[in-house]
Amino acid sequence: MTDDEELKKRSAAAKLFDIRRVIGALFVVYGVIVTLLGIFDNQSEIDKASGVRINLWMGLAMLALGGVFLAWQWWRPPVAPTDEDLQTSDETPSGT
Amino acid sequence: MGGLVAEGPGLRLDLDVFDYLILAIYFATVLGIGFAARRAITSSSDFFLSGRSMPAWVTGIAFVSANLGALEIIGMAANGAQYGLMTLHYYWIGAVPAMVFLGIVMMPFYYGSKVRSVPEFLRRRFNTPTHLLNAIIFAIAQVLIAGVNLYALALILDALLNWPLWLSIVIGAAIVLTYISIGGLSSAIYNEVLQFFVILAGLLPLTIVGLVKVGGIDGLFDKVRNSDLGDAALHTWQGTANSGNPLGANWIGIVFGLGFVLSFGYWTTNFAEVQRALSAKDMSAARRTPIIGAFPKLLIPAVTVIPGLVAVVTVKGLGASSGDLTYNNSIPLLMRDLLPNGVLGVAVTGLVASFMAGMAANVSGFNTVFTYDLWQTYVRKGRSDEYYLRVGRWATVGGIIISIGTAFIASGYDNIMNYIQALFSLINAPLFATFIVGMFWKRMSAPAGFWSLLLGTLSSLTLYLLYLGDVVKFNSDLSESFWGAGLAFTTAVVVAVLVTLVTKPKPENDLRGLVYGLAGTSTSGDAVLAADKVWWRNPALLGGIAVVLALLLYIPVW
Repeated sequence: MTDDEELKKRSAAAKLFDIRRVIGALFVVYGVIVTLLGIFDNQSEIDKASGVRINLWMGLAMLALGGVFLAWQWWRPPVAPTDEDLQTSDETPSGT
Repeated sequence: MGGLVAEGPGLRLDLDVFDYLILAIYFATVLGIGFAARRAITSSSDFFLSGRSMPAWVTGIAFVSANLGALEIIGMAANGAQYGLMTLHYYWIGAVPAMVFLGIVMMPFYYGSKVRSVPEFLRRRFNTPTHLLNAIIFAIAQVLIAGVNLYALALILDALLNWPLWLSIVIGAAIVLTYISIGGLSSAIYNEVLQFFVILAGLLPLTIVGLVKVGGIDGLFDKVRNSDLGDAALHTWQGTANSGNPLGANWIGIVFGLGFVLSFGYWTTNFAEVQRALSAKDMSAARRTPIIGAFPKLLIPAVTVIPGLVAVVTVKGLGASSGDLTYNNSIPLLMRDLLPNGVLGVAVTGLVASFMAGMAANVSGFNTVFTYDLWQTYVRKGRSDEYYLRVGRWATVGGIIISIGTAFIASGYDNIMNYIQALFSLINAPLFATFIVGMFWKRMSAPAGFWSLLLGTLSSLTLYLLYLGDVVKFNSDLSESFWGAGLAFTTAVVVAVLVTLVTKPKPENDLRGLVYGLAGTSTSGDAVLAADKVWWRNPALLGGIAVVLALLLYIPVW
């Protein structure tokens, strides 16, 4: 791999945002909306779901999933690949 | 096309403002990912291969997600309602071994040879005609399948939400066009990962409420036993000594037809799948990609096959040959009957998302092969990288416009699932045969590659046309696609051997890194093993666990 390509690869990896933040944010928003709906569900909606307060439970579950992704991202923030990473990953550029 | 969704108000869902809010937030997020991914694109490699920078968990989820289109979800729930637990074969023996094989055995050749596409691998292993033939077949197939996804999306939205067909087609196409042409493969992959979680969030409440309604798993099995399906629908292998079971296939057909030819053909040579692994950041991540994907694949039937069974015991009259009560409507019917507003919006969003992700996988495979394999190789060689990046963006626009056209072709077919199965048996089975022989037999010559691919494809095409013309008869469309795939595979292998015997082999030095036993620096045993320093990242170990889990899961439902 040439230096030029290597530089490009690193820049691409560094510039790409972290998908964990997007998943986390989307599910927190969904979780809040659906949990609130679940709290205010009337009896006919609960009956439709065979007596399960499905909005409440799914809302809380989505909130938790979103929280896990945000916590993961906070715990292990994305790092731009180091020179060592790039070397171990490309020890063998055959043909180029 | 009446097979998927029928006209009439029967399936109409009553969405409220919050459901639409959930859908709108999803559309906004998808477009936002496209614009954000644009910052990371400075070269054509960034656009087509995400700069080879993705971590394994992302590519692994995208790998399974690219397969988890809404057609697959709706179709597998329909199969669950129609055939019972034998549908599990599509997930376990029909997917997991092939995914593990791709990761352990084939990925070192794909990733290690630094090819950018499956056709490019064929060019280096065989010759230019083989490459051209495969690239053209692949490009055509991708826009056909993208059109099917688009049309099915429009039909679902028409039935569920009463949106006019043309409106759904234009909105769906415009959103996919925007995020792929701007953000390239990174955008497609990120959206696939997001979609994976959204579709699960949509299917999970359906499964939970459905199971509560029928009294848990035991209640469900009792009710199925007393239904028309009967006890046979609760077993996967019992009763496969002959074809007197719901699926109408014996164990030989299941193991060799589904488990080997169809499954290996689909998972190991379909570029729309392999491309996800090629975007991984290193060899180890590339090898783990399909294996990480195998774990969710093991569990997905819990949210597709179970709702199918719930539908068959709770929806009276399910299984009609036309109208609202066809098997294909199992999931929409349950959504209508069981989900209150809120989770209903999430479920609709999940379905819409999975149609778009399926289409995006096809379009991103198409633009890569069109740009690298057709335009750069045969039409305009040696231009600047910026030039090919531009071509890639225009190819995306062109591919989507053609998809809108093929969406209307798809409307002419009664059953789109069978249309897609037929396409797979035509395209993947001969390609897999050519591949597997070429990868393990270094003597196989370049002309043998071309002729085996061409005659293999023609043989199954001929059988398909004879079947359509009523000259040859099969029990079912499914049975035709199995025999078609088997014929194509056999023809391709036989032709490969015969042509090789009368032509000159390629010099060994040209084959290094491409053929088993002629390792290049990247594919020798040491290099491959050295990439996996930590035991829990070892592809062979992870793959072994996946296969064992598949076996264990079969035990309670053998």
